Amino acid sequence: MRKRLHKWRLISIFAILALALSGCGEPFLSTLTPAGEVAKKQYDLMILSTVIMVLVIIVVTVIFIYVIARFRRTKKNENSIPKQVEGNHKLEIIWTVIPILLLLVLAVPTVSYTFQLADVSPMKQKDKDGKTKDALVVNVRANLYWWEFEYPDLGIVTSQDLFVPTDKKVYFNVKSSDVKHSFWIPAVGGKTDTNPEGVNQFWLEFDGKGSEKVKNQFYGKCAELCGPSHAYMDFKVQTLSQDDFKQWTQDMKNLKKPAAEGNLAKEGEEIYNKSCIGCHANTANDSRPEQARTAPNLANFGDRTRIAGILEHNEENLKKWMQDPEQVKPGNLMTGKYQKLDEHELDALTAYLMGLKLEQ
Amino acid sequence: MSTYAHKKSFGATVWDYLTTVDHKKIGILYLIAGGFFFLVGGLEALFIRVQLAVPNNDFVSAGLYNEILTMHGTTMIFLAAMPLIFAFMNAAIPLQIGARDVAFPFLNSLGFWLFFFGGVFLNCSWFLGGAPDAGWTSYASLTLESDTHGVDFYILGLQISGIGTLIGGINFLVTIVNMRAPGMTYMRMPLFTWSAFVTSALILFAFPALTVGLFLLMFDRLFGGNFFDVSAGGNTIIWEHLFWIFGHPEVYILILPAFGIFSEIFATFSRKRLFGYSSMVFATVLIGFLGFMVWAHHMFTVGMGPIANAIFAVATMAIAVPTGIKIFNWLFTMWGGNIKFTTPMLYAIAFIPSFVAGGVTGIMNAVAAADYQYHDSYFVVAHFHYVIVGGVVLALLAGTHYYWPKMFGTLLNEALGKITFWLFLIGFHLTFFIQHFLGLMGMPRRVFTYLPNQGWETGNLISSIGAFFMGVAVIILLINIVMTQVKNVRVGNDPWEDGRSLEWAIPSPPPFYNFKQLPLVRGLDPYWIEKMEGKKEMTPAEPLGDIHMPNPSFLPVTISFGLFVAAFGAMYHVDDKNWALPVLIIGMGITLISMLIRSVKDDHGFHIHKEDLENEDDKGGRA
Repeated sequence: MRKRLHKWRLISIFAILALALSGCGEPFLSTLTPAGEVAKKQYDLMILSTVIMVLVIIVVTVIFIYVIARFRRTKKNENSIPKQVEGNHKLEIIWTVIPILLLLVLAVPTVSYTFQLADVSPMKQKDKDGKTKDALVVNVRANLYWWEFEYPDLGIVTSQDLFVPTDKKVYFNVKSSDVKHSFWIPAVGGKTDTNPEGVNQFWLEFDGKGSEKVKNQFYGKCAELCGPSHAYMDFKVQTLSQDDFKQWTQDMKNLKKPAAEGNLAKEGEEIYNKSCIGCHANTANDSRPEQARTAPNLANFGDRTRIAGILEHNEENLKKWMQDPEQVKPGNLMTGKYQKLDEHELDALTAYLMGLKLEQ
Repeated sequence: MSTYAHKKSFGATVWDYLTTVDHKKIGILYLIAGGFFFLVGGLEALFIRVQLAVPNNDFVSAGLYNEILTMHGTTMIFLAAMPLIFAFMNAAIPLQIGARDVAFPFLNSLGFWLFFFGGVFLNCSWFLGGAPDAGWTSYASLTLESDTHGVDFYILGLQISGIGTLIGGINFLVTIVNMRAPGMTYMRMPLFTWSAFVTSALILFAFPALTVGLFLLMFDRLFGGNFFDVSAGGNTIIWEHLFWIFGHPEVYILILPAFGIFSEIFATFSRKRLFGYSSMVFATVLIGFLGFMVWAHHMFTVGMGPIANAIFAVATMAIAVPTGIKIFNWLFTMWGGNIKFTTPMLYAIAFIPSFVAGGVTGIMNAVAAADYQYHDSYFVVAHFHYVIVGGVVLALLAGTHYYWPKMFGTLLNEALGKITFWLFLIGFHLTFFIQHFLGLMGMPRRVFTYLPNQGWETGNLISSIGAFFMGVAVIILLINIVMTQVKNVRVGNDPWEDGRSLEWAIPSPPPFYNFKQLPLVRGLDPYWIEKMEGKKEMTPAEPLGDIHMPNPSFLPVTISFGLFVAAFGAMYHVDDKNWALPVLIIGMGITLISMLIRSVKDDHGFHIHKEDLENEDDKGGRA
């Protein structure tokens, strides 16, 4: 018996260790390492509700263990008939009223935070040009299986990598151009659905200190089943200090016509102009309407952190992607939209695309 | 043994079950069909866990994974949990209220066959070009985008089986209102009967919402309607509302009978009257009522705005109160009792902590602002599996052991039963507890794979290992069932020895007319009252007389089969197949002609004569 107990103790120690080791998850992705005002508020609510719930669990567990330990049927009392109790009004009132009180404690911050997180009033204050006065607004458009980020007041369109300033509220208009998706940056704040029929608005704030910890990069996810490659519909968030962000917007705006360097890249540019430009823009000030923007903007492609949102950003993966996108992201809409590329064409296009960078 | 169970040829037995209108046999049919679909859904669950055991796995492809996850959810909810609940309702409710059958025996059979053919139709998709792949919720934008016939199978299959469920619900409502034995007042009904009553009412109000939603979706998919087509002015969020107006009560449709089964088990094996019976009834009704006011908590992230979110958050929290009342009532039923740890009781005991864990994460989900983080992540997956497996499935397993003797006249092996229990319980917690943390670590649900180095590897591996424990547990249960039936050791009226309600006062299994004379009910737990006064059986409420019984009928099978055929025609009509329209017409023809025959042919049933009943003395069936 003792030996058995010992074993159990060991197992439970291992279990706890395993939990501790896995800890709170990766700081660039976990809701348990909040790096922004919204995520922090949500984290506070999680802690508050968990504490209340653990309280309830403790009460139930204590009664539970006492009952099943104390009132077992044994050989001795095998034939005894317990007293048939109908109920107890005092007890029943107690376990009706106490939960109500506990829930009130939880309901008040719930309602208050729900309203705070929905406060997007600064988005509505426009100047006479129709631009948002103070707030930074980003239009997020979800597509099968990629993300577009448009800065309407700055005239910038980019894809896959979202650039934001730290320690400042960023306001989002989110919508979908095909099926329903959901926009989620777990470490920075909860998700908002991108619906096909209308725009949802919310805000996030990216914590400067938290950003440093994750080398200024957070992971973003699609959280609504949207087809075969739902699991691959990732994006990345690059956080910049407010000054750096200003610089970045300037650079993006100035990035007028990308110049291809070297013969190979020039050749790539020709292929690009022939096969790709119908869908992919290569400047950040893409003025076409969004219905025409059917593929990710490639203006700063060379600076991206991932190929197709998931693969490591290198030439080999880029070629792999262009050769057979279906292999990488099943169900994507790029497959079959262009003629098959031979080795040389792949090399040329790769050289061109990798050269699409902000800083030369 | 009653006389009707003498040896019959295999063919005769099959024909007997195809045409039966006896609630006990229909219960067995539900158990077999629901059990089969439970195995299918379980297999799909194992595929899911194998695929997710390690990152970047290619055990199944992305598209196939979406089909598996859709079918796992759909099968488990509609084709396993619901029919298994109906199995026990059929097996026990008429007996518990002292009735000879349900109010509409023919409709009872029709309900089963509609469910069955709907389920078979849905699963035909695997062999005919691919299963539905838009999730069990089938959100409209994705559904309209899906280019196989998968979601058509979903729409038509659920429509057919949904009619069956609706019929079943109405039947039980009428049965419980009208067919109670003399003295069986509402406040003397066993809690399982009460929960079946409330569940049936929920079915009556919730399923029409699903029917409407499916019809709209069907028009969009098959006839080019534009209800959900955004580019044509449709709106997909309406589907979400319709689905959850059905979908949330559906959760209570499943869990309330589970509560009922556990209430019976707690009282029986604690040898004690259910603590706070009237507050239990009140809580059951209140949960059913509130269940209709909270559907939008599945949609906090849709963008309904803070006012709607806050209202639905607070309404959802309110449900915790009646649920808490129930938990404490169960605990205090055991308090001071004389607890016997049989297999069903083990399930009931394990249910309390498991379900409390699922309940409290439900409250956490109700905190709207925090739910923006939980929603559509593995946290939610963990939550609803704690509720549905920790609540409903544990109840179904408990009910299988508890009611087995009443349904089949044999007692499942207790040793094997306990092994099943421990394996299943350990596997369940191993699989789902860690998923809470996976969700909080940012893992979205319904992903067919995940990239390494996101901190999810360990958790997913543990979860997958747990799933296999549950798989082994179910296999042992099957072995147990086969062994028990082969040995065929018959048991008496009250095999658990502490039975309290009417079903334990008559033989196991009961004769086909249940009660020779309807019993007189003198209070809650009527059989217990008689036992405590030293009597062996119930006091009859009527003199021995002729019993009117319904005739068996094959028409429910043909009515359902006709719809099954017609569904194929409707579906392939879209592809301009020239055989589709004739198939649709033939199928509808079979159904309508069967219905016509039922309408015009007088079927007065038959009488068991008093003399025959007297001859059967000592052979059970005595009230």
